[in-house]
Amino acid sequence: MKELNIDELKRRFQEKIDNDIKIEPKDWMPDDYRQTLIRQISQHAHSEVVGMLPEGNWITRAPNLRRKAVLLAKVQDEAGHGLYLYSAVETLGADREETIDDLHSGKAKYSSIFNYPTLTWADMGAVGWLVDGAAIMNQVPLCRCSYGPYARAMVRVCKEESFHQRQGFEIMMKLASGTPEQKAMAQDALNRFWWPALMMFGPNDADSKHTQQSMDWKIKRHTNDELRQQFVDITVPQAEMIGLEIPDPDLKWNEETGHYDFGEINWDEFWQVVQGNGPCNKDRIDARRKAKEDGMWVREAANAYAEKRKARLAKKAS
Amino acid sequence: MSKKEWPLWEVFIRSKQGLSHKHVGSLRAADEQMAIENARDVYTRRSEGISIWVVASANVFASDPNEADSLYEPANSKVYRHPTFYDVPDGIEHM
Repeated sequence: MKELNIDELKRRFQEKIDNDIKIEPKDWMPDDYRQTLIRQISQHAHSEVVGMLPEGNWITRAPNLRRKAVLLAKVQDEAGHGLYLYSAVETLGADREETIDDLHSGKAKYSSIFNYPTLTWADMGAVGWLVDGAAIMNQVPLCRCSYGPYARAMVRVCKEESFHQRQGFEIMMKLASGTPEQKAMAQDALNRFWWPALMMFGPNDADSKHTQQSMDWKIKRHTNDELRQQFVDITVPQAEMIGLEIPDPDLKWNEETGHYDFGEINWDEFWQVVQGNGPCNKDRIDARRKAKEDGMWVREAANAYAEKRKARLAKKAS
Repeated sequence: MSKKEWPLWEVFIRSKQGLSHKHVGSLRAADEQMAIENARDVYTRRSEGISIWVVASANVFASDPNEADSLYEPANSKVYRHPTFYDVPDGIEHM
């Protein structure tokens, strides 16, 4: 085949994207497309993995065996989602260990929602209902992302996430219809998680520097504000249904637009948490580093066992 | 800092008897035995499979997408390999 110049390669690449033809690992792609995906998918993977921590916090204290089994299954899914995504990152030529080291050194980010503490059992409800709900809203369009391995991983993730949101809503529903104390606990969890959940969609469109390029590459299909509005529109009636109040005095239905208007997000808080100053940033990274260090001997032992086994098999065969 | 990274394995799952194994993703594990055990946990948590293959990614040899034209072009002109190429008059059945 003849050598193509970079402009022609770029043109053909964009033509594929425009025609909704997926890009696969061995296909030519512009370097910034590759770098954008490595950054986004590894951050997504880190979010899944760090996301196990706030919920892992409650596994031993779940109120009954059913809730405990469900929470365990959910946290195990998050681990699986992290693994699907790390393997998608590797298809882009990134080194898995390096991406994990970037998380531990603070170079790579993860979803800032996981830097909030989970103080009560009701937080397991709020996290499932709101945090997984917002994550699903972000992830469903990613199933159609232009990069094949990422899109395929997201299909699996989305299939599994829907139970996560339902189990969270079920916890909230149960508490909201329980004793006054239980209902107050549910309301308190909603109060604390509502705004951070809205922040999960990222900065307003006007302040989002990556949005336009990502939309042109069909990595992203909707803007941050579109998805956030969709989330508010869907979630408000759910809260009403179980008798909880959204902690936003400016929230009201807008007959004209057919959407809910809602109050201003505290972006100072958002940037503070992103920059590492949230309530739990340090705990989360410390826990990840500790897990890696404490698990080192297991990984080494597995290698030693594999080598021994290989040697034994070779001896048997000779 | 990492001593020896576990090798990468491609995972293939047979979802039910009668279907072929299908690629589902990859994972890292120290050897093929542990790769199968890990694949069970990572890719079949909801009974997605009844059989697992793992293949060391280093042993997968793939065609080059840049050569797609020369590889697959010869088939394009052979439309007579498809049954729709042939005229079958009305009234002829079971063909």
